[in-house]
Amino acid sequence: MNRGAGRPNHQRVSAPSQTQVLVTLHINGETQSVAVSSQATLLEALRDGLGLTGTKQGCDKGDCGACTVLARPLDENAARASGSSSRGEPILSCITLAQDAQGLALTTIEGLAGAQGLDSIQRAFADCGALQCGFCQPGMMLSARALLDSNPQPSLPQIQAALSGNLCRCTGYTKIYEAVQVAAGMRMPSHARPVRSEPAPGVDGPRVEVKEIAT
Amino acid sequence: MLTLPMLAVHQPKSVDEAVALLRDIPGARLLAGGTDIVPNLKYGMYETGNLVALRGISRELRYIREEESELRIGAMCSVDQLANHARVIELFPSLADAASQIAGPQLRRMGTVGGNLCLDTRCVYINQSHFWRSALGYCLKKDGTVCHVVKGGQRCVAAASNDTAPILVALGAMVRLVSPRGERIIPLDDFYIADGVKNTQLARDELLVEARIPLAAARLRQAYGKLRLRQAIDFPALNFGVTISVEEQKVAALRLCVGALAARPALVRHVDELRGRPVSTPEEIRALGQELGLRAQRQCKPLTNIGVDPEWRREILPVLVRRGVERALLS
Repeated sequence: MNRGAGRPNHQRVSAPSQTQVLVTLHINGETQSVAVSSQATLLEALRDGLGLTGTKQGCDKGDCGACTVLARPLDENAARASGSSSRGEPILSCITLAQDAQGLALTTIEGLAGAQGLDSIQRAFADCGALQCGFCQPGMMLSARALLDSNPQPSLPQIQAALSGNLCRCTGYTKIYEAVQVAAGMRMPSHARPVRSEPAPGVDGPRVEVKEIAT
Repeated sequence: MLTLPMLAVHQPKSVDEAVALLRDIPGARLLAGGTDIVPNLKYGMYETGNLVALRGISRELRYIREEESELRIGAMCSVDQLANHARVIELFPSLADAASQIAGPQLRRMGTVGGNLCLDTRCVYINQSHFWRSALGYCLKKDGTVCHVVKGGQRCVAAASNDTAPILVALGAMVRLVSPRGERIIPLDDFYIADGVKNTQLARDELLVEARIPLAAARLRQAYGKLRLRQAIDFPALNFGVTISVEEQKVAALRLCVGALAARPALVRHVDELRGRPVSTPEEIRALGQELGLRAQRQCKPLTNIGVDPEWRREILPVLVRRGVERALLS
């Protein structure tokens, strides 16, 4: 009866983005300039503008944590004042505007591994088989990294609280929590070797090592 | 994938510059942590092409300090900072508790105290995609003429869903508002109005810059309570702040403020009758909590504006209030 009452006269869907702006982002120790639409989110700038597709787009409205990146104020004094740990704190890139992220030093999943290879969190996730579909994993590992940077020996409730903004719909979290404890040096993986998945029936291809896809 | 409408982002370097921008750009909206406004913009809830981003004035407004017998909290403090601040935990543990229960870890790092106090009201019929809302024919809060919660309702009843507001109202907090015309300091309780479309007194060119809590309120026995389905991320299905002044083991004053009902947090009325009630034993405290809970239940009417069964919310309210009173007085 009231359907269509007061329907707005603007076309929201397919509104063209006409205004491009050049934003300067500080990502994984490098300064990069990228042209994006003025309303682009940080997530869109990372994935579409810079090709850093390790950061995932999940719910796109700030609930699921798949788009988590680490951020600290670029200004070192401000960073100290806010008590930021070395790589910063986890934030959600899907609800951060790219233009508003220019004053932040960002770490994405691509920047987690160093010259020595995988970060201890990445190695622990691989060793514990702490993933199934893997979609939540980049955000999960960054939240875990931020936790261990500020609290190197967290209790299980502290780990659960720190990861409570990252939703995983596959694993049930048990192995994820285990991986964080392994990365913290608090325990060994419950399996000595990475869990390898069986190939699907009728599929005869090379198996992919967990470690190769955990970056 | 949810896309944002076309937006110009303005980045002032001072409070004065920010409020001048608000004055000069009709319809401009504020962007602080972005945790509320960005999803809402993606849903097409606002007609605006301009955002005034406040990150550049973080330094000016990111403080928690004691001044003139008040604890003053800058609006750009993150919710996480509030939850973990040693003096806040010591003086107003109920406020730190409320802040620590907001959303999830990332959102607490991003969200600001000012943003939480100015949080837009929420409703199952408005916090939906434009497509979803268009299919239903819109509603009072945006683009429509009907309320889907209260049939025939003429006033929007979207729920005030901020976690810090009920406890700050119960603590007697004030807020400082700045505009190009000057500043004003008003009780937080007066800041909110019972209109879900726009539930604060904030003028178009005004910025909430600070919350102030009288240090004397640190003597109050206090508790915050929150009902939610998951222990993280969720907005409140009900929440409340309760403060009790105890003198000679009797109630001298009491305030209970309940949120997540309708457009503003509601102070439960007629609680002065509970003055003088003895609270020296656990049984007396329980009896006070039950009495206060029943008064809250009589005055609070949960609606279908939140996707959690209103009957259950109505039944559980007195239980939560009683537990809150016990936490405040037994701890």
